[in-house]
Amino acid sequence: MIAPTDQIKLYKLMVLIRRIEERVAESYGEGRIGGFTHLYIGQEAVAVGAITSLNHDDYVIDTYRDHGHFLARGGDPRKFMAELYGKSTGICKGKGGSMHLADAEHYFYGGTGIVGGSIPIAAGLGLACSYRRDDRIVMAFFGDGATNQGVWHEGLNFAELWNLPVIFVCENNFYGIGTGVDSSSSLVEVHKKAQGYGMPGYLVNGMDVLEVRKTCDEVVKLVRGGSGPALIEARTYRYQGHSMTDPGRYRAKAEEDLWRKRDPIPRLAKHFLKEGICDEARLQEIEVEVEDVCEDAVQFALDSPDPEPAALYEDMFKERHPGDPHA
Amino acid sequence: MRELRVYEAIAEALAEEMRRDEAVFLMGEDVGLFGGTFRATEGLMAEFGSRRVRDTPIAEAGIVGLALGAAFAGLRPVPELMTMNFAIVAMDQIINHVAKMRYMFGGQFDLPLTIRAPGGGGTQKGAQHSHSIESWFVNAPGLRIVVPSTPADFKGLLKTSVRSDDPVLFVEHEMLYSLKGPVPDEDDDVLVPLGQAATRRAGSDVTIVAWSRMVHEALKAAEELSEEGIEAEVIDLRCLDPLDWDAVLGSVARTRRCVVAEEGWRKVGVGAEIGSRLHETLFYELDAPVGRVGAADVPTPYAKGLEQDALPNAGDIVQAALKITT
Repeated sequence: MIAPTDQIKLYKLMVLIRRIEERVAESYGEGRIGGFTHLYIGQEAVAVGAITSLNHDDYVIDTYRDHGHFLARGGDPRKFMAELYGKSTGICKGKGGSMHLADAEHYFYGGTGIVGGSIPIAAGLGLACSYRRDDRIVMAFFGDGATNQGVWHEGLNFAELWNLPVIFVCENNFYGIGTGVDSSSSLVEVHKKAQGYGMPGYLVNGMDVLEVRKTCDEVVKLVRGGSGPALIEARTYRYQGHSMTDPGRYRAKAEEDLWRKRDPIPRLAKHFLKEGICDEARLQEIEVEVEDVCEDAVQFALDSPDPEPAALYEDMFKERHPGDPHA
Repeated sequence: MRELRVYEAIAEALAEEMRRDEAVFLMGEDVGLFGGTFRATEGLMAEFGSRRVRDTPIAEAGIVGLALGAAFAGLRPVPELMTMNFAIVAMDQIINHVAKMRYMFGGQFDLPLTIRAPGGGGTQKGAQHSHSIESWFVNAPGLRIVVPSTPADFKGLLKTSVRSDDPVLFVEHEMLYSLKGPVPDEDDDVLVPLGQAATRRAGSDVTIVAWSRMVHEALKAAEELSEEGIEAEVIDLRCLDPLDWDAVLGSVARTRRCVVAEEGWRKVGVGAEIGSRLHETLFYELDAPVGRVGAADVPTPYAKGLEQDALPNAGDIVQAALKITT
């Protein structure tokens, strides 16, 4: 049972991600954010339910659709927005951008733009936990598309072979860009791919934050206890296109409408009202509080300076040598 | 000083670093029970056990990715790619992940991993197992590239690499493993710094820039040239990143002539970069265009004679030097 106060925290985090992503879309439209930007709208229940089941010093690693995970992990919305704006105050000093958010303070090892690329790295973080015999675990997020990549299979094989404490969380949103999972994967039920490695596979409703959280609490306990790795498939849906430049013509309107009816935020709000966990006024307060955070983040990003030209050659290596390129 | 073969020097360097730092561990195909394809990790599993000397599946991208993850978490992995040829399988992990994650994440993380990669041609292993492709990795920023040529350097540079907080690609030419030479012992704890070239032979008429196996070809060439009355200076780069430009430019400023000798393909190779930089920097001091020696622009053939024709040797260096000195 998740305590009512915790449920409200989950709700607020989901609303924060939703509203800040709406600001991201707005800023992208205004030309303030460039490059590839992949919105997390629709999938909030997965990041929030899964990441809140972890300890502060557990390791989290991610794919390029990383905004939601960064924020759910406790990342600073100001540094998040400033990074997307390419400002020096961004979490990666403006060198990473939307796809490459990382946050050392929160043990968040970032987004990679290469589908499946983070999976062996996740196993490596797990290897460090196992090597040190410490109490930490790893959670790795990726999409259904990643499960067809070679390194995904290498990573799962290593993790099971060495009994590493890694939870692989597949956010199955049914599309790898514009190609459906049924056109790209020999096994549409992604969680069953775990069987190929002798690993437990779980299926959860990725539109229900309480279900995600409940399953993750159980799996986290098992994995922390030394059970070895696990695969969780969370079925979910991204409301927007693959990235900001994708109008999403490959999906049927009826399908989109169906998933929007399953929206995790109103779902939880309805549950609150029904169970008397909070009232409509509190939900409105949350909207206002989140709005303030979003406004503050955008304003911070707008007011922040661009990186100095000298920053171009900084952060290449820890140990500098005379022959290194410099300003 | 006692003498060791290169593979023994590597094993000794690894053992010393593992003794002094619990965070150092090895992983790779056949590095444990087998002792390493080239015997470079022989005896280490017996001393350190299977926790710190880890045999892996044949999955090179996975090996590099796991090492990267462990390095993220503060360990000091020394993954071995059974051969540099298999680095091509792991290219995405090496270039897109290992080489980029410090910069891309704004310097938030140290990445202390050393990827050992045996490679090179000359033993009739055919087109897919004879690569000298260090130039590919030099082209992408973010990696330190170490290319030793002597047993002492193998040990001293490997120890430095393992202690470095930056990712290193440590290139080991397979034909050097049995080379014997003086090596400092454990008590001396001699570290060879990255980015400092060594002058292997002094000379005033032409500079030969080389690394890895080609240093030995360059020294042979220098002896032959000496018989012709041409004294060559041989610069062993030891590292391609960081590259000791001061040593190269300083030597060539004196000799006014230069040949760059690499085992890899000449086309867009390290020699092309060095030659270009010399022309840009010392154009008016040069008495002749910079010469380049490298592999023929074909996949390395199997037949012994053809392979020898494809790979550069001392004779090719002599010819290149004569062309610009006479």
